[in-house]
Amino acid sequence: MSLAGIFLILFLLVHLTINLLVILFDDPMVYNRAAHFMGNNIVIKIFEIVLIGGLLLHVIYALILQVQNWIARPRRYSKANFSSTSFFSKFMIHTAGVILAFLVIHFSDFYFRAKFGHAAEIVSDGVVYHDFATEVIDKFKMLPFVIIYIAAFLFLGFHLIHGFQSAFKTLGIENNRYAPVIQTLSVIYTVVVVAGFTAIPLVIYFM
Amino acid sequence: MDLKLKIWRQKDSRSRGRFVNYFLREIDPDCSFLEMLDILNEQLISRNEEPVVFDHECREGICGSCSIYINGRPHGPDELTTVCQLHMRKFNHGDTIVIEPWRARSFPVIRDLMVDRSSFDTLIREGGYISVNTGTAPDANTIPVNRDDAVFAMDAAACIGCGACVAACKNASAMLFVGAKISHLASLPQGRVEARKRVQDMVAMMDALGFGNCTNTGACEVECPKGIKMANIVRLNREYLKSTL
Ligand code: FES
Repeated sequence: MSLAGIFLILFLLVHLTINLLVILFDDPMVYNRAAHFMGNNIVIKIFEIVLIGGLLLHVIYALILQVQNWIARPRRYSKANFSSTSFFSKFMIHTAGVILAFLVIHFSDFYFRAKFGHAAEIVSDGVVYHDFATEVIDKFKMLPFVIIYIAAFLFLGFHLIHGFQSAFKTLGIENNRYAPVIQTLSVIYTVVVVAGFTAIPLVIYFM
Repeated sequence: MDLKLKIWRQKDSRSRGRFVNYFLREIDPDCSFLEMLDILNEQLISRNEEPVVFDHECREGICGSCSIYINGRPHGPDELTTVCQLHMRKFNHGDTIVIEPWRARSFPVIRDLMVDRSSFDTLIREGGYISVNTGTAPDANTIPVNRDDAVFAMDAAACIGCGACVAACKNASAMLFVGAKISHLASLPQGRVEARKRVQDMVAMMDALGFGNCTNTGACEVECPKGIKMANIVRLNREYLKSTL
């Protein structure tokens, strides 16, 4: 659970770097080339399988643990949860649901179309690229897409702010010496990821 | 002060149980929560009704017997206190107080507010002790112990086994209880000898007994009357991983 989580946490950083190319460079071909490279590189292809495996592992493990946890308290309290604990940790399975719903949209939107054609194409130096950059920019000119996208990343942020440091606790790494470091890193990481991903639609929409 | 009590009544582990409302008048704010329940029970007995059953023993906050879930929190609204050390001045005149037993599959209700916590004893039997022949008392300084380790072990040893951590946990997990025992013994040279087997056995038993899984929510740490820290859970995870690898 925690290892798969940390793996996904690292992957998000890679994903963010590539996405940011869309707004960092005026030339859309930079992003298209990066996407092309990701889609046609054997190492990345293998990594892709590992990534989907990691995601599945994270989801399946979470479901098993959640069901066990529900069974562990067959009769609920009539008045519960008044302990002052970290807020988002109580809603991991709920934020996960929202993120998963977003992933389904995300996959059907970009991934499958990239794999099975249908995407607009552009030719540069004799190589055919999918023109994802234009597609992204077109999408984020529409307000509903911007709102859904930003909402999804806010939920991801809620998920990460607990998940990041929790993973280190589960792995037994967070002792008294490292605890403050990990807590700070957890906040910085979450802010960077959420701000980075949400900046893209905002910049495109308001440009 | 006048109070309305909403108390969980359940005849035995198999019956269904329900909330019953009681009204108490002119309760002294300086009496303890258990004394308040004593007053209620005296009134019930004089009316020929069944008194409310609840666990208690020392009434000094050291035995861990008292165990009541009050207004959504184990041991009630006060910090670092057991129910027997909770006083009515923490409540207001006219309050409605919801009083429930610990709720967890591994803590079945025996009657009313009393639950069976023998699953904790089962856990301790799996290795929550040191089984070396101590012989005669050794000289105090023959085994040197680092001061930080001694303090950490001593803090972990403060656990009174009341079960508030399980009661507070949204997953009814016993990780804080087991974590306290594991890190208490793992921090000291005498406990290291059996550390591997202890952590494997106790974790396996914890799962077998039907406790939930830890999601690092931290409700246990907030509600623990003895201030046992989540660092003990991290230590338990570390010991467990080390013993598995
Ligand atoms: S009765 Fe002993 S701790 Fe409360």
